[in-house]
Amino acid sequence: MSAARAARRWYWQRVSAMAMALFVLAHLLVITLAVRGGLSAAEILGRTRGSLAWMAFYGIFVALVAVHAAIGLRNVLDECAPVRKAAGPLGLVAGVLLLALGWRAVAAVTFGS
Amino acid sequence: MRKNDLRARAHASWLAFAVHRISGLLLLAFLPVHFWTLGLALRGEAALDGALRWYEAPVFKFGEWALVLCLAVHLAGGLRLLWIEFAPWRGLRRGWIAAGTAASLAVSLLFVANMLG
Repeated sequence: MSAARAARRWYWQRVSAMAMALFVLAHLLVITLAVRGGLSAAEILGRTRGSLAWMAFYGIFVALVAVHAAIGLRNVLDECAPVRKAAGPLGLVAGVLLLALGWRAVAAVTFGS
Repeated sequence: MRKNDLRARAHASWLAFAVHRISGLLLLAFLPVHFWTLGLALRGEAALDGALRWYEAPVFKFGEWALVLCLAVHLAGGLRLLWIEFAPWRGLRRGWIAAGTAASLAVSLLFVANMLG
């Protein structure tokens, strides 16, 4: 049973990585262009505010990051004997925290005043 | 540490593993700060601008370059791993390590040039 779960984690780690490769490439392109002439809230919000397309892009990106980082952190902690028992719960907490904070940020740049 | 351990760790593939792990952990540590900053927009444009002005200090500029490099090397390292695991087996693709590192450095330097330019 635990082997099957480990295989599922491996699968989701890879699937999230494959999907995220495209998101990270797009993100690198956007930030490299956006940083020209300095960053300002007006510039960022001008692009994202009220945009359902950017909301979907960043919303999906955050969900993929949360899955990928939760499994990744679990794998790292699992190799560290003193915290091995806590690896699963800590990975889960990290994932939930990233999802909550990330979606809050997406809501902020989409609907913020 | 045994002699064999040292030999294994002098290998480019071990360095690629270490870089992938460290960059991943650094990105994970950065994300809550990133999300918190963007979340300031809930309190209005001025609140977000306040944080962005704060990040104009040189130490944060250096941090931004480091984070872009982390993101780029994690992407390049991840693509190599996916290729090793899913493409027909042809060794550890050590050429990808050099190419990925070079491409990541180039992307991060382009970011810095745009940031400072």
